[in-house]
Amino acid sequence: MIRVEGLTKSFGANPVLRGVDLDVPKGSVTIIIGRSGGGKSVFLKHLIGLLRPDSGKIFVDDVDITRLSGRALEPVRRRYGVVFQNGALFDSQTCYDNVAFPLRETRRMSQSEIHRRVDAALGQVELSGVGPKYPAEISGGMRKRVAIARALVSEPEIIFFDEPTTGLDPILVNTIHRLIQTLHRTFRFTAVMVSHEIPEIFEIADRVAMLYEGRIVEAGPPAAIQGSTNPVVRKFITGEPD
Amino acid sequence: MTEGVAPALRTFEALGRRTIDVVEALGRFGAFLGVALGLLFSPPFKWRACVSRIHYVGFNSLLIILLTGTFTGMVLGLQLYLTLQRFGAEAYLGPAVALSIIRELGPVLSALMVTGRAGSALTAEIGIMRITEQIDALTVMALNPMRYLAVPSLLAGLITFPMMTAVFDTVGIFGGYLVGVQLLGLSQGTYFGEMKTFVDMRDIMTGFWKSLSFGVIVTWVATYKGFHVGHGAEGVARATTQSVVLASVLILVWDYFLGSVLP
Repeated sequence: MIRVEGLTKSFGANPVLRGVDLDVPKGSVTIIIGRSGGGKSVFLKHLIGLLRPDSGKIFVDDVDITRLSGRALEPVRRRYGVVFQNGALFDSQTCYDNVAFPLRETRRMSQSEIHRRVDAALGQVELSGVGPKYPAEISGGMRKRVAIARALVSEPEIIFFDEPTTGLDPILVNTIHRLIQTLHRTFRFTAVMVSHEIPEIFEIADRVAMLYEGRIVEAGPPAAIQGSTNPVVRKFITGEPD
Repeated sequence: MTEGVAPALRTFEALGRRTIDVVEALGRFGAFLGVALGLLFSPPFKWRACVSRIHYVGFNSLLIILLTGTFTGMVLGLQLYLTLQRFGAEAYLGPAVALSIIRELGPVLSALMVTGRAGSALTAEIGIMRITEQIDALTVMALNPMRYLAVPSLLAGLITFPMMTAVFDTVGIFGGYLVGVQLLGLSQGTYFGEMKTFVDMRDIMTGFWKSLSFGVIVTWVATYKGFHVGHGAEGVARATTQSVVLASVLILVWDYFLGSVLP
Protein backbone atom coordinates (compact mmCIF):
# COMPACT_ATOMS: atom_id res chain seq x y z
CA MET A 1 0.00 0.00 0.00
CA ILE A 2 2.84 2.39 0.89
CA ARG A 3 6.26 1.97 -0.69
CA VAL A 4 9.18 4.22 0.16
CA GLU A 5 12.27 4.24 -2.07
CA GLY A 6 15.57 5.93 -1.33
CA LEU A 7 14.17 8.77 0.77
CA THR A 8 16.74 11.37 1.77
CA LYS A 9 16.36 14.58 3.75
CA SER A 10 18.85 17.00 5.22
CA PHE A 11 18.28 20.09 7.34
CA GLY A 12 21.13 22.41 6.41
CA ALA A 13 24.31 20.37 6.67
CA ASN A 14 22.66 17.76 8.89
CA PRO A 15 21.47 14.65 7.01
CA VAL A 16 18.49 13.08 8.83
CA LEU A 17 17.29 10.51 6.30
CA ARG A 18 20.01 8.91 4.16
CA GLY A 19 18.04 6.63 1.86
CA VAL A 20 15.06 5.06 3.58
CA ASP A 21 13.42 2.08 1.89
CA LEU A 22 10.26 0.59 3.36
CA ASP A 23 7.16 -1.35 2.35
CA VAL A 24 3.93 -1.03 4.32
CA PRO A 25 1.49 -3.81 3.32
CA LYS A 26 -2.22 -3.01 3.14
CA GLY A 27 -4.08 -3.69 6.39
CA SER A 28 -0.93 -4.20 8.45
CA VAL A 29 0.29 -2.49 11.60
CA THR A 30 3.82 -1.36 10.81
CA ILE A 31 5.81 0.12 13.65
CA ILE A 32 8.95 2.16 13.11
CA ILE A 33 11.34 2.01 16.02
CA GLY A 34 14.59 3.85 16.60
CA ARG A 35 16.44 6.08 19.00
CA SER A 36 15.18 9.51 19.99
CA GLY A 37 16.28 12.13 17.49
CA GLY A 38 16.89 9.43 14.90
CA GLY A 39 14.50 10.89 12.31
CA LYS A 40 11.39 8.76 12.95
CA SER A 41 9.02 11.72 13.21
CA VAL A 42 10.71 13.40 10.23
CA PHE A 43 10.14 10.22 8.23
CA LEU A 44 6.49 10.11 9.30
CA LYS A 45 6.05 13.76 8.25
CA HIS A 46 7.24 12.79 4.78
CA LEU A 47 4.68 9.98 4.63
CA ILE A 48 1.84 12.36 5.48
CA GLY A 49 3.11 15.02 3.08
CA LEU A 50 4.12 17.66 5.63
CA LEU A 51 7.77 17.57 4.50
CA ARG A 52 9.20 17.17 1.03
CA PRO A 53 12.25 14.94 0.61
CA ASP A 54 15.51 16.01 -1.02
CA SER A 55 15.29 12.85 -3.11
CA GLY A 56 13.47 9.53 -3.18
CA LYS A 57 9.87 8.48 -3.72
CA ILE A 58 6.82 7.62 -1.62
CA PHE A 59 4.17 5.60 -3.39
CA VAL A 60 0.67 5.33 -1.95
CA ASP A 61 -1.06 2.75 -4.15
CA ASP A 62 1.32 3.55 -7.02
CA VAL A 63 0.83 7.34 -6.75
CA ASP A 64 4.13 9.06 -6.01
CA ILE A 65 3.08 11.67 -3.44
CA THR A 66 6.47 13.41 -3.49
CA ARG A 67 5.47 14.80 -6.89
CA LEU A 68 2.20 16.20 -5.51
CA SER A 69 1.66 19.43 -3.64
CA GLY A 70 -1.19 21.66 -2.51
CA ARG A 71 -4.59 20.61 -3.84
CA ALA A 72 -3.18 17.62 -5.70
CA LEU A 73 -2.29 16.06 -2.34
CA GLU A 74 -5.80 16.49 -0.91
CA PRO A 75 -7.32 13.27 -2.33
CA VAL A 76 -4.44 11.30 -0.78
CA ARG A 77 -4.78 13.11 2.55
CA ARG A 78 -8.51 12.34 2.65
CA ARG A 79 -7.52 8.69 2.92
CA TYR A 80 -5.37 9.47 5.96
CA GLY A 81 -5.94 9.86 9.65
CA VAL A 82 -3.13 11.18 11.82
CA VAL A 83 -2.63 10.96 15.58
CA PHE A 84 0.03 13.48 16.53
CA GLN A 85 2.49 13.05 19.37
CA ASN A 86 0.64 15.39 21.73
CA GLY A 87 -2.77 14.95 20.17
CA ALA A 88 -2.81 18.33 18.37
CA LEU A 89 -6.41 18.83 19.44
CA PHE A 90 -7.83 22.29 18.74
CA ASP A 91 -7.72 23.81 22.21
CA SER A 92 -10.44 26.37 21.48
CA GLN A 93 -12.96 23.61 20.71
CA THR A 94 -14.63 21.00 22.89
CA CYS A 95 -13.67 17.35 22.50
CA TYR A 96 -16.96 16.76 20.65
CA ASP A 97 -16.23 19.59 18.20
CA ASN A 98 -12.68 18.33 17.72
CA VAL A 99 -13.95 14.91 16.69
CA ALA A 100 -16.75 16.39 14.58
CA PHE A 101 -14.39 18.85 12.86
CA PRO A 102 -13.15 16.65 9.98
CA LEU A 103 -16.72 15.54 9.22
CA ARG A 104 -18.10 19.08 9.25
CA GLU A 105 -15.31 20.43 7.10
CA THR A 106 -14.64 17.67 4.61
CA ARG A 107 -17.87 15.69 4.28
CA ARG A 108 -21.37 16.63 3.29
CA MET A 109 -23.27 15.13 6.17
CA SER A 110 -26.42 15.93 8.11
CA GLN A 111 -26.03 17.10 11.70
CA SER A 112 -27.72 13.91 12.94
CA GLU A 113 -25.28 11.72 10.97
CA ILE A 114 -22.31 13.72 12.32
CA HIS A 115 -23.71 13.39 15.84
CA ARG A 116 -24.12 9.64 15.44
CA ARG A 117 -20.59 9.14 14.13
CA VAL A 118 -18.94 11.37 16.74
CA ASP A 119 -20.78 9.58 19.53
CA ALA A 120 -19.70 6.23 18.07
CA ALA A 121 -16.06 7.35 17.72
CA LEU A 122 -15.94 8.65 21.31
CA GLY A 123 -17.59 5.42 22.46
CA GLN A 124 -14.98 3.33 20.65
CA VAL A 125 -12.21 5.05 22.60
CA GLU A 126 -14.28 4.69 25.81
CA LEU A 127 -14.79 8.42 26.29
CA SER A 128 -18.53 8.77 25.80
CA GLY A 129 -18.95 11.42 28.48
CA VAL A 130 -16.15 13.85 27.59
CA GLY A 131 -17.72 15.49 24.53
CA PRO A 132 -18.57 18.82 26.22
CA LYS A 133 -15.15 19.18 27.87
CA TYR A 134 -12.24 21.15 26.45
CA PRO A 135 -8.88 19.40 25.85
CA ALA A 136 -7.31 21.36 28.72
CA GLU A 137 -9.90 19.89 31.11
CA ILE A 138 -8.98 16.23 30.51
CA SER A 139 -5.89 14.13 31.23
CA GLY A 140 -3.05 13.45 28.79
CA GLY A 141 -4.19 9.87 28.21
CA MET A 142 -7.75 11.01 27.48
CA ARG A 143 -6.45 13.65 25.06
CA LYS A 144 -4.59 10.94 23.12
CA ARG A 145 -7.76 8.87 22.96
CA VAL A 146 -9.79 11.88 21.73
CA ALA A 147 -7.09 12.37 19.07
CA ILE A 148 -7.49 8.72 18.07
CA ALA A 149 -11.28 9.24 17.86
CA ARG A 150 -10.73 12.29 15.63
CA ALA A 151 -8.42 10.31 13.35
CA LEU A 152 -10.88 7.43 13.24
CA VAL A 153 -14.13 9.31 12.68
CA SER A 154 -13.58 9.83 8.95
CA GLU A 155 -12.99 6.08 8.55
CA PRO A 156 -9.60 6.53 6.87
CA GLU A 157 -7.78 3.75 5.05
CA ILE A 158 -4.42 4.61 6.62
CA ILE A 159 -3.80 5.94 10.13
CA PHE A 160 -0.43 7.33 11.19
CA PHE A 161 0.44 7.38 14.88
CA ASP A 162 3.35 9.58 15.95
CA GLU A 163 4.49 8.22 19.31
CA PRO A 164 0.92 7.93 20.64
CA THR A 165 2.04 6.79 24.09
CA THR A 166 4.76 9.34 24.84
CA GLY A 167 4.52 10.70 28.37
CA LEU A 168 1.97 8.14 29.59
CA ASP A 169 2.33 5.74 32.49
CA PRO A 170 2.79 1.98 31.73
CA ILE A 171 -0.87 1.20 32.37
CA LEU A 172 -2.03 3.89 29.94
CA VAL A 173 0.58 2.77 27.41
CA ASN A 174 -0.95 -0.70 27.42
CA THR A 175 -4.47 0.76 27.33
CA ILE A 176 -3.65 2.81 24.22
CA HIS A 177 -1.90 -0.13 22.54
CA ARG A 178 -4.83 -2.43 23.25
CA LEU A 179 -7.21 0.24 21.95
CA ILE A 180 -5.24 0.57 18.71
CA GLN A 181 -5.20 -3.21 18.35
CA THR A 182 -8.97 -3.47 18.89
CA LEU A 183 -9.73 -0.62 16.50
CA HIS A 184 -7.44 -2.15 13.88
CA ARG A 185 -9.23 -5.49 14.14
CA THR A 186 -12.60 -3.73 13.83
CA PHE A 187 -11.85 -1.30 11.01
CA ARG A 188 -8.95 -3.04 9.21
CA PHE A 189 -7.13 0.20 8.43
CA THR A 190 -3.43 0.24 7.57
CA ALA A 191 -1.48 1.61 10.51
CA VAL A 192 1.97 3.17 10.54
CA MET A 193 3.22 3.95 14.01
CA VAL A 194 6.36 5.56 15.31
CA SER A 195 7.18 4.31 18.77
CA HIS A 196 9.95 3.25 21.09
CA GLU A 197 7.82 1.33 23.54
CA ILE A 198 9.88 -1.85 23.70
CA PRO A 199 8.75 -4.63 24.19
CA GLU A 200 5.03 -3.64 24.19
CA ILE A 201 4.93 -2.86 20.47
CA PHE A 202 5.87 -6.43 19.54
CA GLU A 203 2.41 -7.51 20.70
CA ILE A 204 0.49 -5.27 18.33
CA ALA A 205 2.80 -5.00 15.29
CA ASP A 206 2.56 -7.04 12.12
CA ARG A 207 5.87 -5.57 10.97
CA VAL A 208 8.60 -3.68 12.77
CA ALA A 209 11.23 -1.54 11.05
CA MET A 210 14.29 -0.14 12.79
CA LEU A 211 15.49 3.29 11.66
CA TYR A 212 19.11 3.95 12.48
CA GLU A 213 21.34 6.74 11.22
CA GLY A 214 18.85 7.68 8.52
CA ARG A 215 18.33 4.18 7.10
CA ILE A 216 16.07 1.20 7.80
CA VAL A 217 18.62 -1.30 9.10
CA GLU A 218 16.15 -4.13 9.59
CA ALA A 219 12.47 -4.74 8.89
CA GLY A 220 10.29 -7.78 9.38
CA PRO A 221 7.77 -9.52 11.63
CA PRO A 222 8.14 -8.88 15.38
CA ALA A 223 9.63 -12.33 16.01
CA ALA A 224 12.36 -11.71 13.41
CA ILE A 225 13.26 -8.37 14.96
CA GLN A 226 13.29 -9.84 18.46
CA GLY A 227 15.60 -12.59 17.24
CA SER A 228 17.76 -10.28 15.15
CA THR A 229 21.52 -10.72 15.27
CA ASN A 230 22.13 -7.17 14.03
CA PRO A 231 24.04 -5.52 16.91
CA VAL A 232 22.29 -2.17 16.44
CA VAL A 233 18.85 -3.81 16.69
CA ARG A 234 19.88 -6.00 19.59
CA LYS A 235 21.29 -3.07 21.49
CA PHE A 236 18.08 -1.06 20.99
CA ILE A 237 15.63 -3.78 21.98
CA THR A 238 17.62 -4.83 25.01
CA GLY A 239 18.11 -1.21 26.04
CA GLU A 240 21.87 -1.48 26.48
CA PRO A 241 23.45 1.85 27.37
CA ASP A 242 26.11 3.40 25.05
CA MET B 1 31.25 26.97 1.85
CA THR B 2 33.38 29.26 4.01
CA GLU B 3 36.45 26.95 3.88
CA GLY B 4 37.05 27.60 0.18
CA VAL B 5 36.81 31.39 0.46
CA ALA B 6 39.76 33.65 1.08
CA PRO B 7 39.55 35.29 4.52
CA ALA B 8 39.27 38.77 2.99
CA LEU B 9 36.18 37.72 1.07
CA ARG B 10 34.38 36.09 3.99
CA THR B 11 32.75 39.35 5.01
CA PHE B 12 31.32 39.73 1.51
CA GLU B 13 30.17 36.12 1.53
CA ALA B 14 28.39 36.63 4.85
CA LEU B 15 26.86 39.86 3.57
CA GLY B 16 25.69 38.12 0.40
CA ARG B 17 24.17 35.25 2.36
CA ARG B 18 22.39 37.69 4.65
CA THR B 19 21.05 39.61 1.65
CA ILE B 20 19.72 36.42 0.07
CA ASP B 21 18.04 35.48 3.38
CA VAL B 22 16.39 38.90 3.63
CA VAL B 23 15.17 38.80 0.02
CA GLU B 24 13.82 35.27 0.52
CA ALA B 25 12.02 36.32 3.70
CA LEU B 26 10.50 39.33 1.92
CA GLY B 27 9.38 37.03 -0.88
CA ARG B 28 7.70 34.67 1.59
CA PHE B 29 6.10 37.63 3.36
CA GLY B 30 4.67 38.98 0.08
CA ALA B 31 3.59 35.56 -1.16
CA PHE B 32 1.76 34.97 2.15
CA LEU B 33 -0.40 38.05 1.58
CA GLY B 34 -0.94 37.07 -2.06
CA VAL B 35 -2.23 33.62 -1.06
CA ALA B 36 -4.45 35.08 1.69
CA LEU B 37 -5.96 37.67 -0.69
CA GLY B 38 -6.54 34.96 -3.28
CA LEU B 39 -8.39 32.80 -0.75
CA LEU B 40 -10.40 35.82 0.39
CA PHE B 41 -12.28 35.71 -2.91
CA SER B 42 -12.53 31.95 -3.40
CA PRO B 43 -15.07 29.70 -1.63
CA PRO B 44 -15.65 27.98 0.72
CA PHE B 45 -15.85 30.98 3.07
CA LYS B 46 -15.46 30.38 6.77
CA TRP B 47 -18.10 32.80 7.99
CA ARG B 48 -18.18 31.54 11.56
CA ALA B 49 -14.42 32.01 11.88
CA CYS B 50 -14.75 35.49 10.35
CA VAL B 51 -17.43 36.56 12.84
CA SER B 52 -15.31 35.20 15.69
CA ARG B 53 -12.28 37.16 14.46
CA ILE B 54 -14.31 40.35 14.02
CA HIS B 55 -15.42 40.00 17.64
CA TYR B 56 -11.85 39.25 18.73
CA VAL B 57 -10.07 42.01 16.77
CA GLY B 58 -12.81 44.62 16.77
CA PHE B 59 -15.32 44.38 19.58
CA ASN B 60 -12.75 43.34 22.18
CA SER B 61 -10.59 46.37 21.28
CA LEU B 62 -13.46 48.82 21.67
CA LEU B 63 -12.76 49.86 25.26
CA ILE B 64 -9.13 50.73 24.58
CA ILE B 65 -10.17 52.66 21.45
CA LEU B 66 -12.74 54.64 23.44
CA LEU B 67 -10.21 55.47 26.15
CA THR B 68 -7.31 56.42 23.86
CA GLY B 69 -9.62 58.31 21.49
CA THR B 70 -11.16 60.40 24.24
CA PHE B 71 -7.84 61.31 25.87
CA THR B 72 -6.11 61.99 22.56
CA GLY B 73 -8.91 64.45 21.71
CA MET B 74 -8.65 66.04 25.16
CA VAL B 75 -4.87 66.49 24.89
CA LEU B 76 -5.24 67.89 21.37
CA GLY B 77 -8.01 70.24 22.55
CA LEU B 78 -5.85 71.59 25.35
CA GLN B 79 -2.58 71.96 23.43
CA LEU B 80 -4.13 73.34 20.25
CA TYR B 81 -6.25 75.82 22.23
CA LEU B 82 -3.16 77.15 24.02
CA THR B 83 -1.24 77.40 20.73
CA LEU B 84 -4.06 78.95 18.70
CA GLN B 85 -4.78 81.41 21.47
CA ARG B 86 -1.33 82.96 20.88
CA PHE B 87 -2.43 83.91 17.38
CA GLY B 88 -5.97 84.80 18.40
CA ALA B 89 -7.19 81.90 16.33
CA GLU B 90 -8.85 79.75 19.00
CA ALA B 91 -12.04 79.74 16.91
CA TYR B 92 -10.29 77.23 14.68
CA LEU B 93 -9.88 74.71 17.50
CA GLY B 94 -12.74 72.53 16.17
CA PRO B 95 -11.35 72.05 12.64
CA ALA B 96 -7.78 71.70 13.97
CA VAL B 97 -8.80 68.90 16.32
CA ALA B 98 -11.04 67.27 13.73
CA LEU B 99 -8.50 67.37 10.89
CA SER B 100 -5.66 66.08 13.07
CA ILE B 101 -7.78 63.21 14.29
CA ILE B 102 -9.61 62.30 11.09
CA ARG B 103 -6.59 62.46 8.75
CA GLU B 104 -3.81 61.24 11.02
CA LEU B 105 -4.27 60.37 14.65
CA GLY B 106 -7.50 58.38 14.37
CA PRO B 107 -6.28 55.79 11.87
CA VAL B 108 -2.70 55.64 13.19
CA LEU B 109 -3.37 55.51 16.93
CA SER B 110 -6.28 53.10 16.66
CA ALA B 111 -4.12 50.82 14.46
CA LEU B 112 -1.26 50.98 16.96
CA MET B 113 -3.62 50.21 19.83
CA VAL B 114 -5.13 47.21 18.02
CA THR B 115 -1.62 46.02 17.11
CA GLY B 116 -0.71 45.99 20.79
CA ARG B 117 -3.89 44.27 21.89
CA ALA B 118 -5.18 42.02 19.11
CA GLY B 119 -2.17 41.76 16.76
CA SER B 120 0.10 40.36 19.44
CA ALA B 121 -2.61 37.97 20.64
CA LEU B 122 -3.24 36.76 17.07
CA THR B 123 0.45 35.99 16.60
CA ALA B 124 0.64 34.18 19.93
CA GLU B 125 -2.51 32.16 19.25
CA ILE B 126 -1.45 31.06 15.76
CA GLY B 127 2.13 30.52 16.96
CA ILE B 128 0.94 28.17 19.71
CA MET B 129 -1.21 26.33 17.17
CA ARG B 130 1.92 25.95 15.02
CA ILE B 131 4.17 24.55 17.76
CA THR B 132 1.47 22.22 19.10
CA GLU B 133 0.92 20.81 15.58
CA GLN B 134 -2.69 22.08 15.38
CA ILE B 135 -1.86 23.72 12.03
CA ASP B 136 -0.33 20.45 10.79
CA ALA B 137 -3.52 18.70 11.93
CA LEU B 138 -5.55 21.01 9.66
CA THR B 139 -3.18 20.34 6.76
CA VAL B 140 -3.38 16.56 7.06
CA MET B 141 -7.17 16.78 7.11
CA ALA B 142 -6.78 18.15 3.55
CA LEU B 143 -7.81 21.60 4.80
CA ASN B 144 -5.92 24.80 4.07
CA PRO B 145 -4.85 26.43 7.37
CA MET B 146 -4.58 29.80 5.62
CA ARG B 147 -8.30 29.67 4.94
CA TYR B 148 -9.09 29.00 8.61
CA LEU B 149 -6.59 31.29 10.29
CA ALA B 150 -5.19 33.97 7.98
CA VAL B 151 -8.20 34.81 5.79
CA PRO B 152 -10.74 35.41 8.62
CA SER B 153 -8.18 37.61 10.40
CA LEU B 154 -7.50 39.61 7.24
CA LEU B 155 -11.22 40.07 6.62
CA ALA B 156 -11.72 41.10 10.25
CA GLY B 157 -8.96 43.70 9.82
CA LEU B 158 -10.59 45.08 6.68
CA ILE B 159 -13.99 45.37 8.36
CA THR B 160 -13.12 46.45 11.88
CA PHE B 161 -10.24 48.92 11.39
CA PRO B 162 -12.32 51.54 9.54
CA MET B 163 -15.10 51.07 12.10
CA MET B 164 -12.74 51.46 15.05
CA THR B 165 -11.16 54.50 13.41
CA ALA B 166 -14.63 56.02 13.05
CA VAL B 167 -15.24 55.40 16.76
CA PHE B 168 -11.83 56.87 17.63
CA ASP B 169 -12.53 59.96 15.48
CA THR B 170 -15.93 60.51 17.09
CA VAL B 171 -14.80 60.20 20.68
CA GLY B 172 -11.61 62.15 19.89
CA ILE B 173 -13.61 65.11 18.57
CA PHE B 174 -15.84 64.80 21.63
CA GLY B 175 -12.71 64.84 23.85
CA GLY B 176 -11.57 68.06 22.16
CA TYR B 177 -15.08 69.46 22.74
CA LEU B 178 -14.94 68.58 26.45
CA VAL B 179 -11.71 70.54 26.94
CA GLY B 180 -12.23 73.35 24.41
CA VAL B 181 -15.89 74.08 25.07
CA GLN B 182 -16.73 72.74 28.51
CA LEU B 183 -13.42 73.51 30.21
CA LEU B 184 -11.88 76.45 28.38
CA GLY B 185 -15.06 78.27 27.41
CA LEU B 186 -15.06 78.21 23.61
CA SER B 187 -18.57 78.37 22.24
CA GLN B 188 -20.15 75.16 21.05
CA GLY B 189 -21.31 76.78 17.82
CA THR B 190 -17.79 77.94 16.99
CA TYR B 191 -16.26 74.53 17.75
CA PHE B 192 -18.64 72.57 15.51
CA GLY B 193 -19.50 75.33 13.01
CA GLU B 194 -15.91 75.90 11.89
CA MET B 195 -15.43 72.14 11.74
CA LYS B 196 -18.19 71.88 9.13
CA THR B 197 -16.51 74.62 7.08
CA PHE B 198 -13.03 73.09 7.01
CA VAL B 199 -13.50 69.33 7.11
CA ASP B 200 -14.74 67.74 3.90
CA MET B 201 -15.27 64.27 2.50
CA ARG B 202 -11.71 64.03 1.15
CA ASP B 203 -10.34 64.20 4.69
CA ILE B 204 -12.68 61.48 5.84
CA MET B 205 -11.77 59.29 2.86
CA THR B 206 -8.05 59.81 3.55
CA GLY B 207 -8.60 58.46 7.06
CA PHE B 208 -10.74 55.64 5.69
CA TRP B 209 -8.13 54.45 3.17
CA LYS B 210 -5.44 54.63 5.81
CA SER B 211 -7.43 52.59 8.30
CA LEU B 212 -8.32 50.03 5.64
CA SER B 213 -4.67 49.55 4.69
CA PHE B 214 -3.61 49.43 8.37
CA GLY B 215 -6.17 46.66 8.87
CA VAL B 216 -4.39 44.64 6.18
CA ILE B 217 -0.92 45.44 7.54
CA VAL B 218 -1.66 44.49 11.16
CA THR B 219 -3.45 41.21 10.40
CA TRP B 220 -0.97 40.30 7.63
CA VAL B 221 2.04 40.78 9.92
CA ALA B 222 0.35 39.12 12.91
CA THR B 223 -0.75 35.99 11.03
CA TYR B 224 2.52 35.70 9.06
CA LYS B 225 4.57 35.85 12.23
CA GLY B 226 2.28 33.29 13.87
CA PHE B 227 2.61 30.89 10.95
CA HIS B 228 6.42 31.28 10.85
CA VAL B 229 7.10 31.01 14.55
CA GLY B 230 10.34 29.47 15.87
CA HIS B 231 10.61 26.66 18.37
CA GLY B 232 8.90 26.47 21.74
CA ALA B 233 7.65 29.17 24.07
CA GLU B 234 10.68 31.35 23.30
CA GLY B 235 9.87 31.21 19.59
CA VAL B 236 6.30 32.32 20.26
CA ALA B 237 7.50 35.15 22.53
CA ARG B 238 9.98 36.34 19.90
CA ALA B 239 7.40 36.16 17.10
CA THR B 240 4.91 38.15 19.18
CA THR B 241 7.43 40.92 19.86
CA GLN B 242 8.51 41.00 16.21
CA SER B 243 4.89 41.15 15.13
CA VAL B 244 4.14 44.22 17.25
CA VAL B 245 7.36 46.02 16.30
CA LEU B 246 7.12 45.28 12.58
CA ALA B 247 3.43 46.16 12.35
CA SER B 248 3.98 49.43 14.26
CA VAL B 249 6.89 50.47 12.04
CA LEU B 250 5.01 49.54 8.86
CA ILE B 251 1.98 51.54 10.04
CA LEU B 252 4.09 54.68 10.50
CA VAL B 253 6.00 54.26 7.22
CA TRP B 254 2.84 53.50 5.26
CA ASP B 255 1.07 56.43 6.94
CA TYR B 256 3.73 58.81 5.66
CA PHE B 257 3.54 57.30 2.18
CA LEU B 258 -0.27 57.49 2.02
CA GLY B 259 -0.26 60.96 3.57
CA SER B 260 1.93 62.19 0.74
CA VAL B 261 -0.04 60.61 -2.12
CA LEU B 262 -3.63 60.97 -0.93
CA PRO B 263 -5.26 64.43 -1.40
